[in-house]
Amino acid sequence: MTSLGALLIRDMRLAVRVGGGALIGVLFFLVVVTLVPFAVGPDLALLKRIGPAVLWLAALLASLLALDRLFAVDHEDGSLDLLLMSKTPLELVVAVKGVAHWLTTGLPLVVAAPLIGLLLNLDAAAQAGLVLTLLVGTPALTFIGMIGAAIAVALRRGGLLLAVLVLPLTVPVLIFGVAAANAVLLGAAPFGTPFTILCALSLASLVVGPFAAAAALRQEIE
Amino acid sequence: MEAINHLPFIVGAYAAAFVVIAGLIAWVMLDFRTQRRALADLEMRGVTRRSAVERPQRPMAEAEEKV
Amino acid sequence: MSLVDLANPSRFLKFANRALPWLGGVTVIAFAFGLNQAMGAPDDYQQGATVKIMFLHVPSAWLGMLAWGIMSIAALGTLVWRHPLADVAAKAAAPIGAAFTLLCLVTGSLWGRPEWGTYWVWDARLTSELVLFLLYLGVIALWRTVEDPSRAARAAAILTLVGAVDLPIIKFSVDWWNTLHQGASVFRLGGSTIYPTILMPLLVMAVAFTLLFVTLHIAAMRNEILRRRVRTLRLMQAQATS
Repeated sequence: MTSLGALLIRDMRLAVRVGGGALIGVLFFLVVVTLVPFAVGPDLALLKRIGPAVLWLAALLASLLALDRLFAVDHEDGSLDLLLMSKTPLELVVAVKGVAHWLTTGLPLVVAAPLIGLLLNLDAAAQAGLVLTLLVGTPALTFIGMIGAAIAVALRRGGLLLAVLVLPLTVPVLIFGVAAANAVLLGAAPFGTPFTILCALSLASLVVGPFAAAAALRQEIE
Repeated sequence: MEAINHLPFIVGAYAAAFVVIAGLIAWVMLDFRTQRRALADLEMRGVTRRSAVERPQRPMAEAEEKV
Repeated sequence: MSLVDLANPSRFLKFANRALPWLGGVTVIAFAFGLNQAMGAPDDYQQGATVKIMFLHVPSAWLGMLAWGIMSIAALGTLVWRHPLADVAAKAAAPIGAAFTLLCLVTGSLWGRPEWGTYWVWDARLTSELVLFLLYLGVIALWRTVEDPSRAARAAAILTLVGAVDLPIIKFSVDWWNTLHQGASVFRLGGSTIYPTILMPLLVMAVAFTLLFVTLHIAAMRNEILRRRVRTLRLMQAQATS
């Protein structure tokens, strides 16, 4: 277990130090949300209405942006081969890498969401709902995305392909994340149903993601 | 709703089906011809598969060949 | 000839060469019969003559799903048994499945124009079919990105299986999303019971489409086997000359 802990700390250190690029995701998140009013106009009522959807889309794209670093950097410098050869099960290794990745790219998005939500005129209750859905939903994005990252790891220019492969698979997360956030904002539909389904999707992806990604890594690198 | 003439849409749908299916058939047939020509061309130049030469003696070799 | 024999590429080629003319013939007959029935089918009392589009739309949707199912089974063959013929089957099925999914979308939107007054509605069926189409394009893009065929096969196999797990979830969530957003105004096929006069041609057309799919798939697999032989020979030739 200590080896997994060491891996977690190593991955997080690599992500936040110079050249790690973890915080670029948050910056991207901010830039995308800033662009939206320029596209749809500065109508605050409209922005409030589409606010959760915009934030969710931006979070989806931002977490996708950082994904191709998940395995590609380790593949380049050869440490991925060492991880493959280690005695620790690859599924656990991959899961820990996913957790580290989420802590450095997903969690900052969740923290930044209330500040950015202010720009879109979201009130406190809607903010809380949005942050909660992002907190629960972004792990699903990371763990679904890691399958694509593992498939694309050995490819040159895998980034664009990664987006094409992963985005359709995230449709359910997007639907239930936005539905739960909107339920708080509009109060028309119950919050619990979409929120619990979102939790279920996250938990399922926590299981499926590492297994599929580990299988993909084993198949590709041999 | 009754005012709309439905016929163009039905004809359009069947035409689309025809185009897609004809496209698939054409793709399959053209591809087949291309690959067969390429194989024949390679054979003419004397490049053949090992299994094609040894086949009569060793039926097992055929089973182990890679595609 | 048993199924085990067919697993050998050379035997498969022989089988394909012998079976394809017959399959093609049966497919043509089935289509002639099905189209004849479809033309003779009465108009639906609600939708009028546009119900004839259903005879194309529903079988295309069915084939779109069937092709993904075949790709998933082949993916298991690729990952578990490392069987080259499974790679071939998976690769050959992808463009055909994508084409029929596209046909389903096109006929659906041509059906929607007179029924709903617009070419596209974010109806649950059409939307999940669109996501399926995007997934097909992703798999095809993956096949075209990786040069080595067996590595491409394994990457595509994992994506196919993940898609097979995710597709029912996507279908469910799109249904949920759709009922949340509109609900009424959307017409439902299951709502009105299907009359035998319409069901019969639909079944015949479904059989004809399935036969067409089998024929195309076997032909495409034959092409793929030949393409790999050409590739191997070219590599051998390049090695011999260098």
